[in-house]
Amino acid sequence: MTAPEHCSDAAQPPAAVVIGGSAGSLDVLRAIVGSLPEQLACAVVIVLHMAPRAPEGLTEVLARGCALPVQQAQDKEPVQEGVVYLAPPGYHLLIESHRAFALSVDEPVHFSRPSIDVLFESACDAYGRQLLAVLLSGASPDGAAGMLEAHRRGAITIVQAPDSAESPSMPLAALALFNPTCVWTPVEITRELPALLADCRTSGAARSPA
Amino acid sequence: MRAEITDLEIRLLLEAIYQRFHYDFRQYALASVRRRLQQALSAMHCDSISGLQERLLHDERVFPRLLAFLTIQVTDLFRDPDFFLTLRQQVMPLLATYPSLKLWVAGCSTGEEAYSYAILLAEERLLERTLIYATDINADSLRRAKAGVYSLDRLRQFSLNYRAAGGRGSLSDYYHADRDNAVMSPALRKHITFADHSLATDSTFSEVQLVSCRNVLIYFDRELQDRALGLFAETLCPRGFLCLGTKESVRFSAHATRFDDAGFGQRIYRRVD
Repeated sequence: MTAPEHCSDAAQPPAAVVIGGSAGSLDVLRAIVGSLPEQLACAVVIVLHMAPRAPEGLTEVLARGCALPVQQAQDKEPVQEGVVYLAPPGYHLLIESHRAFALSVDEPVHFSRPSIDVLFESACDAYGRQLLAVLLSGASPDGAAGMLEAHRRGAITIVQAPDSAESPSMPLAALALFNPTCVWTPVEITRELPALLADCRTSGAARSPA
Repeated sequence: MRAEITDLEIRLLLEAIYQRFHYDFRQYALASVRRRLQQALSAMHCDSISGLQERLLHDERVFPRLLAFLTIQVTDLFRDPDFFLTLRQQVMPLLATYPSLKLWVAGCSTGEEAYSYAILLAEERLLERTLIYATDINADSLRRAKAGVYSLDRLRQFSLNYRAAGGRGSLSDYYHADRDNAVMSPALRKHITFADHSLATDSTFSEVQLVSCRNVLIYFDRELQDRALGLFAETLCPRGFLCLGTKESVRFSAHATRFDDAGFGQRIYRRVD
């Protein structure tokens, strides 16, 4: 696999990484946020499907192994680089064009609120090709449309390899729509993503992933 | 570039809606408006927001349909049961000290929140002396709220919420089934006044002991949030209660100092004297 071509454009490093996951993605997600460096020149925004009344312990779980601050995104809060944000349970999380968060209680999408599509599609409007979108394991078609939109806008897209996913249907739904920049196992994602972000920022040339 | 053009089209559309129909969405948070307009575009077979604007201005049947996309909010009876449990345990005993009560449910949509309050007040034996104002900008939502008819397949979730919120009886005490629908009891309905009111353009209309405006402010920009919170401060009696959604706050508002956190672990505030 060749290096993601977008990364060769040094003027357009990702300003935000959006990550979506559902069933079977928590461990991968922990590994990913655990792999992020202390200095990160972009924001990380995560939607993880959970039961509507699940205890709000996810922030703590992810913060434990992460060098960056992990917090629930708040309505109207400006998106800051070097911070890992989580969608609050029961709300859709969106990013406004001026790169501040917005929440909504609009209808669930694919039975999910927060929905990955809602975050990703709004992030596409806010960041265009300065976005890096990651879709992990899950038993839901949510996220596929958002990934396709990111792909169309020229963003870097990473889909977890279906055979490495506890629930492959979410990655498969995305792969049925388009060819992402990378299809990676969790090990590859955690190894290559920090390098990808660092390389895009500093040298403008990506290391060849995998 | 594409996103900027869409945003421009949205601003022009909202301006057209305001000038032609006097509904003011110009200070709504744009990301949600954009999403809802995209749904409207595909439902109404329009290619662009400019195209929708053209139809909106020349075909009078378009606006009511568009308004539904922009305003309708589906919610549950006793959404956020923990909130209603706190209300029952902490706020109701304080409301009971007033000889007569007025509540305002601002942005009531199709009425679920207003009926939840009515049921709670009935079980705390306060409903007989209470008037609930439930307001919204969408006339069709208000009609549906007034009718109080909800699909029976939603009742399972409503009942779970009701029990988690500390319900003292059975939710079926408060509605009767009519084919596939639940019709809310007239005994509740007669204490609720449904009325047209806009937080963007209208002013205060009464003095109340409690304002409930949950998950409405998240759809507004900061300036409009400030306008609404100012309106609530004016409408509340001293020490009156303001209830917001679990992710909403008065903290960053120009009116922050006019409210105290009630200290109940929910987004319940009290107007400062």
